[in-house]
Amino acid sequence: MKTIYRTLIMAVIALCTTTMFVQCADDDDNGNAINEPTCDDGIMNADEEGIDCGGTFCEPCAVVLDFSGTYTQEDHMGRPGINTVFGGSDQVKNSFNVSITSDRATFQPIFESTLENYFDEYAVELGLDPANVNYETNILGLDATVFTTVLAQFDALQVAPDGETTYFNPGTGAALTGRNLADDVIDISLILMFGGDDLMNLNFDGDPAGEPLLITDGVDAGDRDFSLDFPYMSTVNQ
Amino acid sequence: MKPTKLFAVLGGAAVAILSIFLIAADHVDAPAVAQTTTDIADVYAFEGSNPNNTVLIATIQGPLTPGNVTEMAEFPEDVLVEFNIDNTGDFVEDLVIQAIRRGDSMYFFGPAAPAQTGLNSTIQTTAPMNSVKISSTSETEVTTNNNMSFFAGPRRDYFFFDFDRFNQVASDTPPTEGFLPAGQATDFFEDLNVLAITVEVPNSMLGTAPAHAAKATGLPQFDNFPNAYNVWVSAKRKQ
Repeated sequence: MKTIYRTLIMAVIALCTTTMFVQCADDDDNGNAINEPTCDDGIMNADEEGIDCGGTFCEPCAVVLDFSGTYTQEDHMGRPGINTVFGGSDQVKNSFNVSITSDRATFQPIFESTLENYFDEYAVELGLDPANVNYETNILGLDATVFTTVLAQFDALQVAPDGETTYFNPGTGAALTGRNLADDVIDISLILMFGGDDLMNLNFDGDPAGEPLLITDGVDAGDRDFSLDFPYMSTVNQ
Repeated sequence: MKPTKLFAVLGGAAVAILSIFLIAADHVDAPAVAQTTTDIADVYAFEGSNPNNTVLIATIQGPLTPGNVTEMAEFPEDVLVEFNIDNTGDFVEDLVIQAIRRGDSMYFFGPAAPAQTGLNSTIQTTAPMNSVKISSTSETEVTTNNNMSFFAGPRRDYFFFDFDRFNQVASDTPPTEGFLPAGQATDFFEDLNVLAITVEVPNSMLGTAPAHAAKATGLPQFDNFPNAYNVWVSAKRKQ
């Protein structure tokens, strides 16, 4: 940079010798007359675009940025998958996205109905009485009403400033204290919906043979790197 | 009757119940927002490398295929992404961290109390402002200032899910075994990317965390749950 800058200075001097650059008025040959343009001389000189900013060598001039206006919500997200799984209809999903987090009591009965509907449809498929095939209290001890109340009315990530932050860690038992990049939120969601209340003996685990596997999609995080420092996620797949 | 017994009799036809199940965490979650630049893909919130900090990540516009699609993806200048923090337990945002692109940089405001809560926002230009040059697919740019760190740019998608198998499970002729077991399942998102906005902030800037929201159920199993902020992300478009 300095070399280039000197080159520019030489060019300026050369200009001064043939033209009328006002700072070149000194002609006493004592070497101190030419004021070299710098980025802190308080003058708009060289190719600066403002006083000591812009141009080839100085920091860009401050741009007056426009941050005015009103911005209106089109999407929101707290916990993963809530709207897609429990919204039920397109109309409900659209309205959920433009609702206020603290004002969602009306969505609870919809969510509960959607949840039960999964089991009802399943029962119909099997030719059974839907009244006998229902959501079972999950591993958090939540029945259908409380579960859907938590989902609808408390749709945010709970984030603990102290201690482990995880959506659910079966190893430690920590739950609802955050969502880290490694959390298998799909499996956790499937377990909460279909697994029942016994973590050691979950429903729909593919056992006995012939029972479908519904509490895990069978994939883990693979080779994603969770050891990275800020910004914590790795560069793109090429 | 336990559902497990039912499947012993009738097999996997019942997995059709999953036919409207989740596409992805929040990717493409509703018709009005699907495939738009306000579509939030995922939200993460976790303890940083510095245990006194919390990391907030919002990913949008996912998933992006590698190559041109990823390289051409950009944050719109008319979309404001807000991290909302409720530190009183009423699910109303007490603090926001706002992110919006101008030129080649993402500008961040806050954490600061919003001028108004709810569906409409103005940018808190009187709040502390930081910026970071938006990263490219090859260069990672990070700004750290006042113990906060900022990032915006394309990243690998960290959401993992056997989406293809899901489509089979959700079809009219679902596989009788449901999802595939580990080792046979395939992560649809493994080779895909997303746009990420990442902020790391000292907890001291977020106020005191309220009682955990689950305690509102009154159920004893939540008695020992730690105090916790309530955090969500909203994407808002300029009117």
